Amino acid sequence: MTADAGYPTPPHFRKPLIDTPFHDRARALSQNDQFVAWAGYSTVDVFTTVEQEYFAIRNAATLYDLTPMVKYRVAGRDAERYINRLVTRDIRKLKVGRVSYVVWCNDEGHIIDDGTVFRLSETDYRICTAERQLDWFLDSAIGFDVAVEEITASVAALSLQGPTSAYVLKKFGLSGIESLKPFEFRIFEAEGRSLMVSRTGFTGDLGYELWMAPQHATAVWDDLMQAGRSRGIRAIGSQALNLARIEAGFLMPNVDFISAEHTVRMHRERTPLELGLAWLVDFDKPHFNGRRALQKQKAAGLQRMLVGLDIDGNKPAHNALLYANPTDETECGFVTSAMWSPTCKRNIALAILDTPHFEMGRRVHADIYLHRELVWERRMVTATVVERPFFAPERRRLTPPADR
Amino acid sequence: MSQPGRQQHDVIVVGAGHNGLVAACYLARAGLDVLVVERNDYIGGAAVSRNLFEDYTYSNCSYVCSLLRPEIMRALELPKHGLQIIPYDAGCTMMRGGGHLALYDNHDALRREISRHSPRDAEAYDRYSRDVMRQCKFIRPLLLREPPDPTSFKPRDIRELLYLGARFHNMGEQRMYDTLRFWTMSAADFLDEYFESEIVKAHFAGSSIIGTALGPRSPGSAYVLLHHYMGDIDETVGAWGFARGGMGSVTAALTSSLRSSGGDVRVSAPVNRVVVRGGRAVGVELESGEQLSARVVISNMDVKRTFLNCVEPEHLPEEFLTAVQRFKIRGSSGKLNIALGGLPTFPAIPAGCPALRGDMHITDTLEMMERAYDDWKDGRWSRAPYVDMLIPSQIDPTMAADGKHYMSVFVQYCPYELADGPWTDDKRQAFGNTVIDAIAEHSPDFKSLIRHAEIRTPWDIEREVGLTEGNIFQGELTMDQLLFNRPVPGYAQYRTPVRNLYLSGSSTHPGGGVMGAPGANCARRVIADFGRASA
Repeated sequence: MTADAGYPTPPHFRKPLIDTPFHDRARALSQNDQFVAWAGYSTVDVFTTVEQEYFAIRNAATLYDLTPMVKYRVAGRDAERYINRLVTRDIRKLKVGRVSYVVWCNDEGHIIDDGTVFRLSETDYRICTAERQLDWFLDSAIGFDVAVEEITASVAALSLQGPTSAYVLKKFGLSGIESLKPFEFRIFEAEGRSLMVSRTGFTGDLGYELWMAPQHATAVWDDLMQAGRSRGIRAIGSQALNLARIEAGFLMPNVDFISAEHTVRMHRERTPLELGLAWLVDFDKPHFNGRRALQKQKAAGLQRMLVGLDIDGNKPAHNALLYANPTDETECGFVTSAMWSPTCKRNIALAILDTPHFEMGRRVHADIYLHRELVWERRMVTATVVERPFFAPERRRLTPPADR
Repeated sequence: MSQPGRQQHDVIVVGAGHNGLVAACYLARAGLDVLVVERNDYIGGAAVSRNLFEDYTYSNCSYVCSLLRPEIMRALELPKHGLQIIPYDAGCTMMRGGGHLALYDNHDALRREISRHSPRDAEAYDRYSRDVMRQCKFIRPLLLREPPDPTSFKPRDIRELLYLGARFHNMGEQRMYDTLRFWTMSAADFLDEYFESEIVKAHFAGSSIIGTALGPRSPGSAYVLLHHYMGDIDETVGAWGFARGGMGSVTAALTSSLRSSGGDVRVSAPVNRVVVRGGRAVGVELESGEQLSARVVISNMDVKRTFLNCVEPEHLPEEFLTAVQRFKIRGSSGKLNIALGGLPTFPAIPAGCPALRGDMHITDTLEMMERAYDDWKDGRWSRAPYVDMLIPSQIDPTMAADGKHYMSVFVQYCPYELADGPWTDDKRQAFGNTVIDAIAEHSPDFKSLIRHAEIRTPWDIEREVGLTEGNIFQGELTMDQLLFNRPVPGYAQYRTPVRNLYLSGSSTHPGGGVMGAPGANCARRVIADFGRASA
């Protein structure tokens, strides 16, 4: 074997990004050629208009190419023990056929990444992550009888989200899909292709994620589009999805927090407690990474926390600095994600606030800059700390789900 | 303007290298009358562009630029005086028996490239970059500060110590441990904490040995690696680039800046000694016997050359002189400057790969690198040398005629003194042939394209440039010779035991590379001691 075996064509120095198995379909539907890099793949940012794609999520059904989501297979006799030490939740409670949203931390309790764990069997798991984790996962495997393998390229994935998504899947031919509960997954075998379907998603709405071998990708895409045609299905890009996830109060890595693996400056790391994810941290289970540091932080109290904001006016508070007092402009935090919510008709944001400003119901002031016809205008408006999610329709949990 | 003969200057700078010129520029801008005297008949020291063959331009000593502080470029208006730095965006190590590892600016391309050798290393690279960047963030602000004297109780020293201590403390517990380990460990041990692939480790270890009489397994070599990451081009940290027109354009811009502020440079004016009267430097005596007097003398020569050759020992404390004598400044690097009739091909690298326009290497394991060091310890040049080779004419059109190319080959290791007796012309040629043969193993048409080659051993570099033992950093960058220990404990603040005699060269904090920081710091010290123009 030569040292350059497996050299890609075209070479990566000419084409650094990889196409997903859905690329041809995506390119055909993309009206604006708006592609973005995501974990080494080229994916669509906007197909047509963000507004139309967003409303399809909240009104009909949408297809989103999830392939770049980084995926690992974790298997072996010690897989459960290994994952239980890795993540902050008690993974022993995760039954075969179920999915769990988890975060994992370094010894200082700082978040490295978030993701989902699928329990395929007693000793076989899949972990989906935002960033590549092989280096950390392998370091964490010392002493465990477990094999960790990245399988991103061998699993194509689609997210089907929206109120008609269950109906579309039934029409697509998945009989019994209506009994699938939130955070459950099932494997469907049909026409010689195996399709894993989980009732998960990043929209806070009724929705599913479909996992398949890359060679079946385009056929599944085509069949879903066919099945959903009469029910308003459309392909969506990352921008529309981002609006839905803010409404749902979900966190976006590298937007709402940055992995402790990437921080160069001091105090840029975040713990799960600071991100309002205390419900993911189980101090009743045995040792896990970051346990001691998190326990200490819990006892000492938080210096800052990520919260939801309801902001006066209708101008999204993108990147706004937050002041305790608008006259002396003492900073007490900053906005990480912001939008005008078309569904809630509220001006919402996720923000990091210093103590004590993150307490529910407290008011701070958002410094909003607007670029209008090349002139910058500044608005100082009141923002109130509120509960998230901002939008949580009953239909997301209903089993069996409604058809529309 | 200065004229030969007896004349009083405010400041005389000995040596027109980049640091001497930087110091001179700052002082001239402060209103002082500054004269730089240079031994050679050309300006620049080790930052020069030379025409030694036809119309090829050689950056025949230093050859790439990263560390030159942007604050200095801006303050001295070097861009206005013609300086342009063009970044290059790739590099590679070619492997024996084919294959390569390339480094790309594009993060996705880089990840996929490293993945070919080890998927895990592709991710570990991000952690490696983060940790190196953390250390850089700690150290970079110290570059343009005078190191404190830890034994002094003067307010300034205490303030600086507190600053250092606070920066250190602010890193947090884990990073404090990391820093202490980092400053003392070997590059090989450091890289082992991140990477599993030999080729990846070998590629990154290169920075830890360049210019240094250490091997990748020698304790302390990890810091040298960091030293090469400390620069930036337009805020891209760790980026390296070409000075358009060769490295001489750095010193040409400095000279122009100096002259525009009323200072001057006199070439072909070798200094015989610093004239000391009553414990005070009062000027210099040239080899011609001519005396030039000044209120302040700044030596841009290295600390050994300054005090062992140019100051009479009766003016110096015994322990100081002993420490200077012991200062480690071992020569370990050679240089080939090659005029090529065309662009050589490197079959290991795919056509069109940008790595060919960056720094290319042929040492593919740490073992091979350590063996190269073993040869140096045995008093001979490495039989399989580490090279840092670039063909700047691919990017900088001023270096050679269209279709012709200039190749700069930095060679590690090459001793100052050979075990089998002094350097001779034949030995120099044999050294050059060793390097050319090593490169030719990766490029079948390389030899046939060579039209001229300048071969420089450490001995040549000492003789021609004036760097003791040909050490490119004016003294090794090991912890015992850094910060308040550089060059000599107790004299880290650009002052010397001789009043009004200062040091501005890379022998002082923060050390070598075409950085300019020692010169700038020295100028600040002189201004603090003497005030601005008194007249």
